Amino acid sequence: MGELRFRDDATHDEPAVTLDSFFDQSNATAVRIEPGDDARALIPHLDRLALIDVSFPKYRDGRGYSSARILREAGFKGELRASGDVLVDQIAFMRRCGFDSFAPDAPLDEAVVEASLARYDDVYQGAADGAVPVWKRRHG
Amino acid sequence: MYKYDHYDQAIVDARVEEFRDQVRRRIAGDMTEDQFKPLRLMNGLYLQLHAYMLRVAIPYGTLDGRQMRMLAHIARKYDRDYGHFTTRQNIQYNWIKLEDAADILADLATVEMHAIQTSGNCIRNISSDQYAGAAADEVTDPRPWAELLRQWSTFHPEFSYLPRKFKIAVIASPTDRAAMRLHDIGIEMVERDGQLGGRIFVGGGMGRTPMIAPEIKDFVTSADLLSYLEACLRVYNRHGRRDNIYKARIKILIHELGADEYRRQVEAEFAHVKTLGLDPPAAEYDRIAAFFAPPAFAADAPDTIDRSDPDFALWVDQNVAAHKQPGHAIVTISLKPAGGIPGDASSAQIDLMADLAERYSFDELRVTHAQNIVLPHVRKADLHAIWTALTGAGLAEANLDLISDIIACPGLDYCSLANARSIPVAQKIAARFASPERQRDIGELKLKISGCINACGHHHAGHIGILGVDRKGTENYQLLLGGSGAEDASLGKITGPGFDEDGVVDAIERTVEKYRTLRTDGERFLDTYRRVGMDPFKEAIYG
Amino acid sequence: MKILTGNDLKTGAVTWWTGEGWSIHVEDAADVGEHGESIATAEEGARRVNAPYVIAAQATAEGPRPAHIKDRIRALGPTVRLDLTLKPADPAVGEWVI
Repeated sequence: MGELRFRDDATHDEPAVTLDSFFDQSNATAVRIEPGDDARALIPHLDRLALIDVSFPKYRDGRGYSSARILREAGFKGELRASGDVLVDQIAFMRRCGFDSFAPDAPLDEAVVEASLARYDDVYQGAADGAVPVWKRRHG
Repeated sequence: MYKYDHYDQAIVDARVEEFRDQVRRRIAGDMTEDQFKPLRLMNGLYLQLHAYMLRVAIPYGTLDGRQMRMLAHIARKYDRDYGHFTTRQNIQYNWIKLEDAADILADLATVEMHAIQTSGNCIRNISSDQYAGAAADEVTDPRPWAELLRQWSTFHPEFSYLPRKFKIAVIASPTDRAAMRLHDIGIEMVERDGQLGGRIFVGGGMGRTPMIAPEIKDFVTSADLLSYLEACLRVYNRHGRRDNIYKARIKILIHELGADEYRRQVEAEFAHVKTLGLDPPAAEYDRIAAFFAPPAFAADAPDTIDRSDPDFALWVDQNVAAHKQPGHAIVTISLKPAGGIPGDASSAQIDLMADLAERYSFDELRVTHAQNIVLPHVRKADLHAIWTALTGAGLAEANLDLISDIIACPGLDYCSLANARSIPVAQKIAARFASPERQRDIGELKLKISGCINACGHHHAGHIGILGVDRKGTENYQLLLGGSGAEDASLGKITGPGFDEDGVVDAIERTVEKYRTLRTDGERFLDTYRRVGMDPFKEAIYG
Repeated sequence: MKILTGNDLKTGAVTWWTGEGWSIHVEDAADVGEHGESIATAEEGARRVNAPYVIAAQATAEGPRPAHIKDRIRALGPTVRLDLTLKPADPAVGEWVI
């Protein structure tokens, strides 16, 4: 499985531009941010973005998880994609942080993706996926 | 102590199956070692010097007899019949097979234990005060907060690929028995105007660049605690250095930004995070705190101790501390017998300690960051029976906080990161100072040994610290003086050129003898050092 | 001489390249000359070893003796628990390692 997507709408065809290019171009609707970019720079422009691609050049560099949550917390409803060195065992955490599509460098094993997303019925903490944390289930 | 509900149990059980599948895929070749490594580390499994090493979590150092027996069972069934208690209140097994790892985790899950996040670049075991719930000077029991934080940090989706490991300690007394100031985040629960909250210290740590954590927030209400920590972690995840493994801890970020700027960034993030509804309600704290209610102490327990047995009396004086409940006491079981390996316990000894806990301590034990075991709630009337049982098992060394109560990392005998062996040095020092009278005369002297700069032996925080280094292919030892991990936190200072193994033992003896000639009434070694400085000791050591 | 060492993937046991396969006994280790890295890559790829690396060793009458004490401890076991080494009954173990 190459690309993986959890959205019902049509895929966004326009290529994602870099953050610098995005601020130069008034009509770009897709942007890619690198680990060192400040996701909050996009907050004033979320309305015109259909796709934000968060790059993971190395899977151990976890800055993209924060970028994703920040964007969802700011109200971004468009496609939030994790691309690059994205490994199958990270998909579940990435979904929790708000990613709804994935463009990994190496193909993902579909069966493993399904198994890992179904692994846990419950989560301990709130995040960007709306999952109800255990403490909330305990107290209604 | 905390008991899992079905949610907690389901999460741990699912984790076992998840890891079982990850191991299967590794062995089948679906994953390279590089891809598998962070996954196995997040389950506490290292590839170490002799075999795989498994670090089992003992949350905030608290466990019961049943759990202790499981640790003994694992030592017998899967390892070489012993375990090693660590400076973060966990236990390690050195001879684990990868093909057994999932079964071990499954066994642990049957007694509400796990090895989740005991390694890896994620939030590690939350440590706490080994006298929690028993000490008179605590404002509240810190452990419900530690349990709240444990749950919050478990499988945290944003903070599982941090720049580096992250260690949190929670205490609730002005006396710091958990080296709280030397953690990435240290929390002291305090009361302000009738409200309970946390004093937050961020950026402590040892290793290559030891630092004492500065206070970042003087008071966060308990209702906002998790949001505040979320903000602290998010700033770190976004801005901690990732270019250099030796500069990746949060202490470096705070050092480079400055505490004020870090605080400002955290406050801004906190203002935002507070709006997200991440904080559990007080009812969740109350639910957890109920598990930590004081045990049913006998109100009429006799407060006297029969000291007619002189050896027993010596052990009472050294290893037994005052309990807030009259008629009761806190026992420290020394895992530092003369000639032994600091922190190691055989499966038989572990089983015995489980028995004693069930019989005499309301079924509760603690692991201390000094690698000893505590029975927190013992009746004074039972002390002699406990001591007799411990004596029979080689666990009655009366040396708490004395020079032979050494903290030692496993060192080059066990650890592939080490530059030098640490255990033989500890053994030689204990042998040199074998006389119990001599040790008592010297008094409190916290000696800590690390086999490498990673400082798992906490040598920076030793009154006397030893650091093993590799000097042109041979083992060499640097001596440090004047460190402390208590509320008077300080970092040890190097005396001068290093020594070989016998040389460092001699140097320590000269240091100790110098202290004895200089000390005034009641001064511990640390006090004399702080009064007179390094020079007299340097002179005594190097001549 | 140069010898190749690593760990068994499933058991974690310390292993040494013999020239044909992997042995837990350092006496069986073969001189890999300049071929250590390529052998390591091939063996690791086939999952017959985990985390292999090349080390220097001296040829002695008892077989290769790793140059660094760390690898000698790996070869036999902890110096402080001689009963847990590969040769618990051998009184000369301590001297060989240290």
